[in-house]
Amino acid sequence: MSIIEIKGLKKTYQVYQKKEGLRSSLRGLFKREYKQVKAVQGIDLQIEQGEFVAFLGPNGAGKTTTLKLLSGVIHPTSGTATVMGHTPWQRENEYRRRFALVMGNKNQLWWDLPAQESFRLHQQIYRIEGDVFQNTLDELTDLLDLRDLLQQPVRELSLGQRMKMELTAALLHSPEVLFLDEPTIGLDVVAQHNIQQFLKYYQQKRKITILLTSHYMKDVAALCKRVVIIADGLIKYDGSLEGIIESTDKRKMITLQFRDVIEDSLLAALKKFGDVTDIETPRVKLTVTRDVVSRMLSSILDDYQVDDIVVEDPPLEDIIAAVFSEITEGRVNQLADGEFESIGDGQGL
Amino acid sequence: MTATAVKDNRIPLRARLTTWWVILRIAMEERFVYRGDFALGTLMRFLPIITQIFLWTAIFQASGRSEIADYTRDTIIAYYMLTMISRAFSSMPGLCSGIALQVRDGEIKKFLIQPVDMLGFLLLGRVAHKATYYTIAVVPFVFVFFLCRGFFPGWPEAPVFIAFCLSLFMGFLLGFFIEASLGLVAFWFLEVSSLVFIYNLLSFFLSGHMFPLDLLPDWAIGIVNVLPFQYLAYMPAAIFLGKIPEEELWTSLAIEACWLLAFVALARFMFERGVQRYSGFGG
Repeated sequence: MSIIEIKGLKKTYQVYQKKEGLRSSLRGLFKREYKQVKAVQGIDLQIEQGEFVAFLGPNGAGKTTTLKLLSGVIHPTSGTATVMGHTPWQRENEYRRRFALVMGNKNQLWWDLPAQESFRLHQQIYRIEGDVFQNTLDELTDLLDLRDLLQQPVRELSLGQRMKMELTAALLHSPEVLFLDEPTIGLDVVAQHNIQQFLKYYQQKRKITILLTSHYMKDVAALCKRVVIIADGLIKYDGSLEGIIESTDKRKMITLQFRDVIEDSLLAALKKFGDVTDIETPRVKLTVTRDVVSRMLSSILDDYQVDDIVVEDPPLEDIIAAVFSEITEGRVNQLADGEFESIGDGQGL
Repeated sequence: MTATAVKDNRIPLRARLTTWWVILRIAMEERFVYRGDFALGTLMRFLPIITQIFLWTAIFQASGRSEIADYTRDTIIAYYMLTMISRAFSSMPGLCSGIALQVRDGEIKKFLIQPVDMLGFLLLGRVAHKATYYTIAVVPFVFVFFLCRGFFPGWPEAPVFIAFCLSLFMGFLLGFFIEASLGLVAFWFLEVSSLVFIYNLLSFFLSGHMFPLDLLPDWAIGIVNVLPFQYLAYMPAAIFLGKIPEEELWTSLAIEACWLLAFVALARFMFERGVQRYSGFGG
């Protein structure tokens, strides 16, 4: 049996439709119009123990709703789900001691106290033995480089430091399943990288199961072998990240640094192969389809002096954005989970 | 659900007590962060006493009477000072709006995700709040009461004093569970501030905070007697001043205990229902 099993999960919210103006506000006191929002429309998913899975999808796709369902915060309208054999929304304490949810935009620590105190509280709430607690805390604070910050009130920490503290708090009871809702939101590149490195290390070492939602493709590329794309409350893709790139994007971005000033003849020659996107003499950027890359390069190298060449995939963000918009327009057909050459460097961070 | 409940019941009392103590200690530490708030808050608390002394001296002088409904000027001032103590136990500033805010901004999730009981947790937080506040405020309290000792008829007898302490303790719990129930209304109506306003207003008049309840006409006393407000301010003061005949003392406390149990049950029920609703519709 999989560690997470979801079958036909649906969640429909009722949202009060408030119209503009005082008159309709008054009317709303007596008769309210509700709109049904189908946040999750029937999800089937199986996740095995030790997997690190990313949930991707445009805003409002149903990612967070799914995480809330799995952590038992909300009841589904229909369908079933089990996590480690428990039905999350029954909220058994036994289940609650075995998972954790970290939301990047929510604070769980005591604002005015040093994080150390919140950790002590977690020790009590989760009933962690003294020595186990100390060992886990030592390990986490070393890994996240937090040792000197434990005594500082949480409100005085930077966002990045606070996020590390949040992660520490969530991992103190050694959860077997971890739900992460945008853990790197608002963080700078260095802090993001640190958290990625930590998650990667920790997940591999402890073999825990992690479900992550993030809008930062760098997180996803660095951490998750498996990607589930959700849009309009349905699963639209389930496979590797590389599979998405392979099957949806056939383009490469090429940057050429020439020795001399770029002449019209050169430009004309380049335009035969693809779209010139940027010219900053003596540098040219262009986008071409994959199959013409080698032909183009040999042709150009024969005729011109080139100092530097960079060939890369379009930024992952662009690819995913394209996938999302295709999905929303309903044009996506079965994406194949193909082999993969190289992931773009995700430059559009 | 029951299986875990049983399992949790097996946790030794010692471990539970440690948990409670740690929660209490941490909440107390948090309260101590606001030292400046303390000092000012304590000082302001005593100002109304001076007004009351002047007010009632004037009233008694103007009426030319030495007693109004069994109260002399001195006992009425003693009464006000004692209700200050009752209210020190039973008032719950920020509890109701705090719960409502947690429901509204979703922080309530924490209590659904973590294996901790929200009402128990908040209650311990409140005990910590009161304990920290009054360990510091006890100094000015004792000082002011010492200065004003002349207004008091003297110490009550031991059983009466025990009843007084019990009524303070239950007043604290009753105040907590009433306001918690009000705050939990936020599961149904996101905004509870007008409800809090009405509650505060009723409580001001019907708890005996504004004037001793036995000054009221009979029909009004009839209403007051079927409401729980009197236990929040009037009852402890009245017990201390010997206004409650000894044979009625334990009946009054028993009725207060019933109110308390009713509100504990109500708060629990509302929490369970509210969470169901929250998880069914919101999130």
